[in-house]
Amino acid sequence: MNNYELMVIFTPVLSEEDFKAAQKKYEALVKDNGGTVTHTNPWGLKSLAYPIAKKTTGMYWVMEYSAPSSFNEKLKIQLLRDDNVMRHMFTALDKYAVEYNAKKRGGVNSSSEKAGV
Amino acid sequence: MAKANEIKYLTAIKADKRPKKYCRFKKMGIHYIDYKDADFLKKFLNEQGKLLPRRITGNSLKFQRKVSTACKKARQMAILPYVTDLLK
Repeated sequence: MNNYELMVIFTPVLSEEDFKAAQKKYEALVKDNGGTVTHTNPWGLKSLAYPIAKKTTGMYWVMEYSAPSSFNEKLKIQLLRDDNVMRHMFTALDKYAVEYNAKKRGGVNSSSEKAGV
Repeated sequence: MAKANEIKYLTAIKADKRPKKYCRFKKMGIHYIDYKDADFLKKFLNEQGKLLPRRITGNSLKFQRKVSTACKKARQMAILPYVTDLLK
């Protein structure tokens, strides 16, 4: 069970509830295959640094999850098949990255105990 | 009156004592460089969005590579442009 981070850019024409539906679909996919979603962070509509597929804006979505190493292939097939996904990227997270992400999110588990004292 | 160029100093003047470069990651104890925050990565790019060499950024080899991979990931996900003018 190693930690991964998936970043997806959806087409900007996607409506709000389609955006949420797509997120749920992929989160459910992670849970079905024995993974756990630690954090999802939809950035929403952002302008791209350069046009992708003739579009200058995109709906960003970042999901941090831990899953068995064989799972990413299935997820990739789904992402490639889904036509309102413009671009996606997997990142393998080492322990520093996980610690960094936890801290960035305000360290719900670790530093809040310290702060709570 | 001795002109400026005729004055001879006993000890040579140090031309430019520029501060010793240091690797900011080692000094500040940063271990992970996130490809998502663009404004931190922009410190390592020049005006055209190209990666600055180590002799300018002063990074150690290990962290210069981490910066370059993070920056390439950011370029792939359209967070940073591949080439631009007046990036800053």
